[in-house]
Amino acid sequence: MIGDLLIQGGQMLVVLALAPLVTGVVRKLKARLYRKRGASVIQPYRDLARLFRKEAVVAEGASWLFRAAPYLIFAMTWVAAALVPTFASGLLFSWSADLIAITALLGSARFFLALAGMDVGTPFGGLGSSREMMISSLAEPAMIMLVFCLALVAGSTQLSTVAEVMLSGVGLRVSLALALIGLMIVAVAENARIPVDNPSTHLELTMVHEAMVLEYSGRHLALIELSAQLKLLLYISLIACVFAPWGIAPVGAGLAHMPLGIAAYLGKLAIGAVLLAVFEASLAKMRVFRVPDFLGAALMLGLLGTLLLFVSRGL
Amino acid sequence: MQSLSALLSAGTRRQGCRPWPRAILEAGDWSALAAHLAQGRFTLVSLWGDADAVHMALLDEATGEAGIATCLCPDRRFPSVGRIHPPAQRLERAVQDLYGLTPDHASDPRPWLDHGRWGITAPLGRAAPAAPAAPYAFLAAEGAALHQIPVGPVHAGIIEPGHFRFTCHGETVVRLEERLGYVHRGIEGLMGGASIEEAARLAGRISGDSAVAFALAFARAVEAARGIAAPARAIWLRALAAELERLANHFGDVGAICNDAAFALMLAHCGVLRERCLRACDIAFGHRLMMDVAIPGGVAMDLGPEGVSALRALVTTARAAFPELVRLYDETTSIQDRTVGTGIVKEALVRRFGAGGFVGRASGRAFDARRVQPYPPYNQMPFSIPVRTDGDVNARIWIRILEIEESLSLVTRLLDTLPAGPIQVPMEAGPGEGVALVEGFRGDVFAYVRLDGEGRVARAHLRDPSWFQWPLLEAAIEGNIVADFPLCNKSFNCSYAGHDL
Repeated sequence: MIGDLLIQGGQMLVVLALAPLVTGVVRKLKARLYRKRGASVIQPYRDLARLFRKEAVVAEGASWLFRAAPYLIFAMTWVAAALVPTFASGLLFSWSADLIAITALLGSARFFLALAGMDVGTPFGGLGSSREMMISSLAEPAMIMLVFCLALVAGSTQLSTVAEVMLSGVGLRVSLALALIGLMIVAVAENARIPVDNPSTHLELTMVHEAMVLEYSGRHLALIELSAQLKLLLYISLIACVFAPWGIAPVGAGLAHMPLGIAAYLGKLAIGAVLLAVFEASLAKMRVFRVPDFLGAALMLGLLGTLLLFVSRGL
Repeated sequence: MQSLSALLSAGTRRQGCRPWPRAILEAGDWSALAAHLAQGRFTLVSLWGDADAVHMALLDEATGEAGIATCLCPDRRFPSVGRIHPPAQRLERAVQDLYGLTPDHASDPRPWLDHGRWGITAPLGRAAPAAPAAPYAFLAAEGAALHQIPVGPVHAGIIEPGHFRFTCHGETVVRLEERLGYVHRGIEGLMGGASIEEAARLAGRISGDSAVAFALAFARAVEAARGIAAPARAIWLRALAAELERLANHFGDVGAICNDAAFALMLAHCGVLRERCLRACDIAFGHRLMMDVAIPGGVAMDLGPEGVSALRALVTTARAAFPELVRLYDETTSIQDRTVGTGIVKEALVRRFGAGGFVGRASGRAFDARRVQPYPPYNQMPFSIPVRTDGDVNARIWIRILEIEESLSLVTRLLDTLPAGPIQVPMEAGPGEGVALVEGFRGDVFAYVRLDGEGRVARAHLRDPSWFQWPLLEAAIEGNIVADFPLCNKSFNCSYAGHDL
């Protein structure tokens, strides 16, 4: 029990501590791919420290929602990130570490972010919120479909169980390959990366995520940035946990397993960051109205994967 | 059909304006010229004010004939050209703001450059204390499902200030209205009464990216006014500077347009080429943007052997690196998907507005000042002018790509044929009027200079090509989505500073 509590606590701290680093590494890699030197990988930590020190300027006419939203968003994203097994699967909250719960937590966080974007009444906030809602209305069904596909293979939507089933060997399955591609598409869209959104743009008219948070400053902005970084880490961890669960300390494993688990986890994060950076550097952003096609592909992959599983097992 | 010179001969010919004739017309003949403009017989080159008159420069593209019409305004009014020929509207609004000369029956009486922050009205005419300005009334677009997005003048990126008012239906732009004038520095006012040297320095600082083009236009106008010709070596060096400026800007633009579609890889690689180009310019001419290189009478400094080798090295590097970047652009489907078919400008509109540069040439208007009003050394040097008819963002990128290749070959040929000799002729004080039309990277820059007899500028007017490109941007974005505006805007890359003066 105490061991589980330690692991759970450690996991929560690890994701929080590593999230800015992953973003920093992705930025650094992208800069290197563009033949630039790039900022240090710890720059996101410095940015967060700077933002936390700064005064938060709140627009006139902003309601309580605008002030409360950053805390809500951060709390929900952090809890969601804490539910994904990273280096050990014996989490105290394991009973609740359900893929559907994670999807719901992220969905709620986004709901508040979109509301906050519209709260101040600037045109960019509304523009960003409407685009975000369009994207999420396509990404969430795709995500749920992919969850079903995984659940059919593993017999559970609990991530610890999924990871263990995967580790025990389910063989190569077409459905899993489809689910992996689908999940990557959803991850790109959910994290506002190229080609769906551009995290480093200065063009107000093209922004999605950035447009919603344009009015935020100081600690509010810091919390939102940290949430975005946590979300990126969450998706990389999720994909790693389901499709590459090697090295994760199994339930009931002693502390001796932990170093291996942590090393494996760091390795997976590094691979995820490299893949993301290369993917982003080689693409232009797509037109806003192409995004449905892109996410539609994820939905279809999820659906196909689920159907194939039914067909192969028989009803 | 009457030729332009026949129409101008209806008025009183003013002696001493070179190389284009200038005639003072009665109001009726002025309006007749405006009607010819509206019919598309002539192209409006510029329209500008003076103490008690307005001038209008016209060009007959079919024959290459050009001339200036002047309308005296004793009662401080003149017949509006913009009423029937929209390209003149903003120019007339600027004349009204700066000189207090009112176009009669103008279809758009709102101020343009004057935002009510000068404290006076008509600073170049009969200045008077200004009353508090009324709020600017943007054009209406009505409908239940429409909403407005105001953008600028302060933007999230570090770019020049301009205000864009979008009226949208969801993501689709129904109407875009621009509001410019935020970087008005009163350059034409500063030039009036300045010595020729001071005015030349000012001309080179109108728009930083077109430092050579503006300085060259001004220098050629002054030389025309005084009836002198710069020595051959100076002419070659100026052309070299102009082509290098074109190269640097086109490299930057090709990368920046792709970057606005989040394809930063192109920006990174093109940025390297642009930087190499600027450094070669620094070695060759002592200034990265080559400010104050072209001066009336010649050039300020000679090109040494070190400069020649730097420029030759630049051409070699660019020739080796650029084709690969073009392939990267052309073979990346995700960027092609964004640029092809986006922001189409119709050929009829380009012709009507007389839009030059890549905006005109991407939409089928094969206008290049180096060809239509040939000036040395381009009249002795064959070169091709790329033209496309699709008129979209992709076409504007391709015009730049082809012009880069053309300019690289021009730089080599200019270096190969660089004549020896002096680089300056002395400028003697004396009266005169001169005009020049010079092809900058953005399009044709027009300059009009009137000198008093004591080596000072009485009136100078420089017209940036953006005057006739900005209005087309409003047309290009119509029916496109809001998120594509930055891409369209960058493919036009109009000047704020050059336009606002």
